[in-house]
Amino acid sequence: MQQFPCPFCGLRNEQEFHFAGEAGKIRPDTTRKVSAADWADYLYTQKNTMGEVREVWMHSPCAEIFILRRDSVSMAVLGVEQLRKNKP
Amino acid sequence: MTYSAFSLLREALRNHTGWKPAWRSPKPRAEYDVIIIGGGGHGLATAYYLAKNHNVGRIAVLEKGWLGGGNTGRNTTVIRSNYFYPESVALYELSMKLYEGLSRDLNYNVMFSQRGMLILAHSQPEMEIAARTVNAMRLNGVDADLLGPEDVRKRAPVLNFRDDARYPIHGAVFQGRAGTGRHDAVAWGYARGADQRGVDIIQNCEVLDVIVEGGVCKGVETSKGTIRAGRIGAAVAGHSSALAQMAGVSLPIQSYALQAFVSEPLKPVIDTVAFSPSAGTYFSQSDKGGLVIGGGLDRVPSYGQRGNLPMQEAVLSGLIEMAPAVAKVKLLRHWAGIVDVTPDSSPVIGPSGVDGLFLNCGWGTGGFKAIPAGGYLFAHLLATGTHHAISRPFDLDRFRSGYLVDEGAASGIAH
Ligand SMILES: Cc1cc2nc3c(=O)[nH]c(=O)nc-3n(C[C@H](O)[C@H](O)[C@H](O)COP(=O)(O)OP(=O)(O)OC[C@H]3O[C@@H](n4cnc5c(N)ncnc54)[C@H](O)[C@@H]3O)c2cc1C
Ligand SMILES: [Zn+2]
Repeated sequence: MQQFPCPFCGLRNEQEFHFAGEAGKIRPDTTRKVSAADWADYLYTQKNTMGEVREVWMHSPCAEIFILRRDSVSMAVLGVEQLRKNKP
Repeated sequence: MTYSAFSLLREALRNHTGWKPAWRSPKPRAEYDVIIIGGGGHGLATAYYLAKNHNVGRIAVLEKGWLGGGNTGRNTTVIRSNYFYPESVALYELSMKLYEGLSRDLNYNVMFSQRGMLILAHSQPEMEIAARTVNAMRLNGVDADLLGPEDVRKRAPVLNFRDDARYPIHGAVFQGRAGTGRHDAVAWGYARGADQRGVDIIQNCEVLDVIVEGGVCKGVETSKGTIRAGRIGAAVAGHSSALAQMAGVSLPIQSYALQAFVSEPLKPVIDTVAFSPSAGTYFSQSDKGGLVIGGGLDRVPSYGQRGNLPMQEAVLSGLIEMAPAVAKVKLLRHWAGIVDVTPDSSPVIGPSGVDGLFLNCGWGTGGFKAIPAGGYLFAHLLATGTHHAISRPFDLDRFRSGYLVDEGAASGIAH
């Protein structure tokens, strides 16, 4: 069983994690008219990179949402980035 | 060489010394009229129908490994056309009809065994949805029956009819013409038929880059050198995004691992395919006696072509719920293939957006059943440059127009 690092809980079993999507996609600005092509791009187009990927994940038990960098071929974890802003 | 009862007998008598290789292994030429990338079922069937039904000149299939070494040789071989939307039914029913005549057409036994398929319903509300599915299938002209628990029990007594079943069997959607086939034979049969019609099948030839000149796709760089072509068709399944990227195209595809399992051989326990959406598992029994077991996708996008434990636990727990009697059966093998999943669980057949490059992909977890139709329709597209009416709805443009063929949601297929 593989373990993934949750920035809040530490290493936990992979089944507790939920893959949410590719990181870095920006939702079209809906205060302006959005073309069908831009919507399709945002909703459906995936980088689907073979190799190093940067993705949004959630650790379900604690609901922490964070960025996971991993290798999509070897499944090795390359790094985590916390999205939560700690109290100053 | 034509295969027949006579040739079998003759070879048996001379100790099988007279069999010839089923296809040549030619050196690639510098140029072809049409190149097909990917020697899985879809690529090979495309080459076969191109050579058989169209007049396009010289054709080559380029495969980075060995024929059928991708998902075609890794799948659980279920063939069915029990879909919901008319667009899908037209596609998968074309495939079913071609499968029904395939062994004869190819002079190669693909062992298509129409042993039927049960999709189990485990509650009264699920029975209502099952009735809706059956009605939709019949309206689309496809055979379907709604079975009650007694009928299911007669067809598959090994299933879980115990009083303490977590998922009691209320009935099933049954498609009698569904069944299983021999996956390797489908690849090899199409390869042999294509080769006999002059197609060059080139194995161990990986496409490393796509040559685009003036916005038009003109050929490919491969591990065996540059090969130019008038038209290029890609049928590379889970590696479609990587291939399209070579031409600067991004696709609405995510690659996932899908796993399967086969058990040690045992005496016959089931002579149909049984699928429980609630248990998340389906299984059938091969002619050799092994249980062939499959389930849902891994939840994590992946290009790692190997099995893993969390999904194994999920699928096998489902199997034991479905058929407690097989709980002690030992597994023989366990593997994964990388499948190409689209947002609407329907395939992509059509132009890529770069002139000269065409795509056949997005079959995800269910494209073995579609190999004959995928090949037939893709050949039409590559030969004429325009869609066959049946492939038109599966063009990439549906993601812009919003006209999705959302089978994942519609027919309750997890994959
Ligand atoms: C475990 C599992 C169970 C399944 N069960 C079923 C089922 O029961 N019923 C069903 O209908 N479907 C099933 N499927 C899905 C089915 O196997 C696929 O949809 C189908 O085989 C796809 O065929 P293909 O020819 O498109 O792809 P593949 O058979 O994967 O062929 C693609 C080929 O392209 C080659 N390739 C990739 N990149 C390159 C490159 N750069 N250069 C050259 N060659 C390249 C690969 O080596 C590969 O051989 C299952 C899949 C899996 C993994
Ligand atoms: Zn956590």
